[in-house]
Amino acid sequence: MDFLNALVALSNFVLVPAIAYGSQLALGALGVTLIYGILRFSNFAHGDTMAFGAMIAVLVTWGLQAAGVSFGPLPTALLALPFAILGCIVLVLVTDRLVYRFYREQKAKPVILVIVSMGVMFIMNGIVRFIIGPDDQRFSDGERFIVSARDFKAMTGLREGLAIKTSQGITVIVAVVAVALLFWFLNKTRTGKSMRAYSDNEDLALLSGINPERVVMITWIIVAALATTAGVLYGLDKSFKPFVYFQLLLPIFASAIVGGLGNPLGAIAGGFIIAFSEVTITYAWKKVLTYLAPENLEPSGLVQFLSTDYKFAVSFVILLIVLLFKPTGLFKGKAV
Amino acid sequence: MTETVKNTLLFVAVGSLILLTGFTQSWNAAILILNMGLISAIMSIGVNLQWGFAGLFNVGVMGFVALGGLAVVLVSTPPTPGAWTGGGFGVILALLLGAATVVAAVITAQKMPKGRVQTLAIIGILIVGFFVYRAIFDPNVAAIEAIDPAVAGNIGGLNLPVLLAWPAGGLLAAGAAWLIGKTALGLRSDYLAIATLGIAEIIIAIMKNEDWLARGVKNVYGIPRPAPVVGYEVELQADPGFIARAEWLGLDPVTASTLSVKLGYSLLFTIVLLVLLWMAQMALKSPWGRMMRAIRDNEVAAEAMGKDVTRRHLQIFVLGSAICGIAGAMMTTLDGQLTPGTYNPLRFTFLVWVMVIVGGSGNNFGAVLGAFLIWFLWVQVEPMGLWLMNLITSTMPEGSALKAHLIDSAAHMRLFTMGLILLIVLRFSPRGLIPEK
Repeated sequence: MDFLNALVALSNFVLVPAIAYGSQLALGALGVTLIYGILRFSNFAHGDTMAFGAMIAVLVTWGLQAAGVSFGPLPTALLALPFAILGCIVLVLVTDRLVYRFYREQKAKPVILVIVSMGVMFIMNGIVRFIIGPDDQRFSDGERFIVSARDFKAMTGLREGLAIKTSQGITVIVAVVAVALLFWFLNKTRTGKSMRAYSDNEDLALLSGINPERVVMITWIIVAALATTAGVLYGLDKSFKPFVYFQLLLPIFASAIVGGLGNPLGAIAGGFIIAFSEVTITYAWKKVLTYLAPENLEPSGLVQFLSTDYKFAVSFVILLIVLLFKPTGLFKGKAV
Repeated sequence: MTETVKNTLLFVAVGSLILLTGFTQSWNAAILILNMGLISAIMSIGVNLQWGFAGLFNVGVMGFVALGGLAVVLVSTPPTPGAWTGGGFGVILALLLGAATVVAAVITAQKMPKGRVQTLAIIGILIVGFFVYRAIFDPNVAAIEAIDPAVAGNIGGLNLPVLLAWPAGGLLAAGAAWLIGKTALGLRSDYLAIATLGIAEIIIAIMKNEDWLARGVKNVYGIPRPAPVVGYEVELQADPGFIARAEWLGLDPVTASTLSVKLGYSLLFTIVLLVLLWMAQMALKSPWGRMMRAIRDNEVAAEAMGKDVTRRHLQIFVLGSAICGIAGAMMTTLDGQLTPGTYNPLRFTFLVWVMVIVGGSGNNFGAVLGAFLIWFLWVQVEPMGLWLMNLITSTMPEGSALKAHLIDSAAHMRLFTMGLILLIVLRFSPRGLIPEK
């Protein structure tokens, strides 16, 4: 029995990746949940909004790299992030002006808006593929690891190594900062309070003189910032591929719904629940269990519950269980 | 201009677009568009049944289409020698045990008094069931996959005529839809959308990973054709009678044989489409169809009139998915191969939705028209985009990076165009080209 090695192996293969992935999902789910709370529809174009923001970051990063600008040990993409957010804000505001506003004025049913967002999804997907192509793009640079497995082993003398990638560290820090800013904005500022009031009760908010168009505009700006950040962090951690962002739609929606659609706190909790379940259920536990089990009782198989390709199934099953037993999500969400 | 004249003209217009392809490009291309148009039309009828009649938001079309394709492999390919005795029955036993576990857990959840004992019992049943299932499932799967892995390694089919696989595809999709509907149909519209989107991804993941079933990403080739209606090119080219007929038409035997094979498919697909269209029209006009639309327009009122909304929703969800399954089986037959890696939700789910919305949701003829039109554009936007890009870049210097990029990217114009068409139709003609009466 070797508890320390088991713990290190567990952190290396399960905890660290799941925390990073969970932060990315949480940022994505926050965007979905804000749109649902304020604009009252499920935005199918969210994955492609993330892809668009990340694409601008990739292009600006390449430009900065070509110009010889770097961010020391940190990835250059962080310098590109503000530009990417600006670009994404322009895109979503133009989309809102040209597409969504018409249906808002008509007071169209939410399901019509969902279908409209399907059209927007096609267009954004087309734009991204048109500009950068459908292939994998790598844009991470700088130091690769905060702690590398070899250094960790040398430092502690354990048999198992613990590696923390720079992208994982940055993901968690940026996500914490973004979430703190968002909650400060929603709870402390006047505009944030007006957003929450609008989300809680539209008519009452209108009566108290809140300008709905302004609330909607600010929502889109925040959503664009969150989506771009999530997209860039995911791209740094894995790699940038437009179709993968489209596929992220499912775990992101699962996170938002599990937490309770329309509830920002729930979106964060949901993101981590989905990420941890995906990683733990598709991880081969042989290594960890071998350290924990007594001599001669080591597991013979991989002890993997499901192959990694079934990670969609995991998020989906959790989604279904939560919906069947607690239809408004774990944290109380909206039911429109 | 009356309604009928306008609708006929619309169909004639789309037909001429396809004919124009035949005259300007090649007849092979035109008939290919026609064949996939026919299959798309059947998918559209399925989605229209769910969305247009009942207002169910199903974005899992891809999953049912893929299940139809799976049925083709399971029904019409020859069985792998030794697969059933080697591990087939074991796999079936494991799957039955797995299903029994879930059923036992559900029964425990319903029958046992609520409390901690119940929760523990459910978790216990699930854990024990899962390990028993894996213990039987894994060795049997390994046994099947070990049989001649280069060409087989799967359970194989029943060696039945491929035409039987089409209704089988419908049945398989219907079965899956029943299971899904039982759990997910009570959900609100956008939850149902996410649920179906997820299920479609899971079905594709299963088909990619369970090699024992249909070889996974190794693909299944050489699916038999529905002879005698559809022949084989090589045989036709060797047939003196066929060569004589081709010469009489002024075609060389090779082109004539490819055309003949494709037209054989067109004939079969047209028959299926006409039968399904007739059935959908009859359903729409029947009291059942009126009840469906009543439920769609006002669920509460329909429930107050004594209609069982959940059951009717389940019914129409199963029917619509079965139609998508039939279309999927037909498509795999047309391709002659099953390639799970090529199923993409944009192409198989959302594009069908564009077809239904553009054509006119709630109207079967609208769905069919939309299917042909959108499929034609889906195929033709790429060459059109290339032409446009060549025109735009014609003044740019040769060898410029931007020019090369623009011409390379022309292929991605189609997604953009589809989105644009959908948004324009939703904005200016939200009821589609042929609106519901």
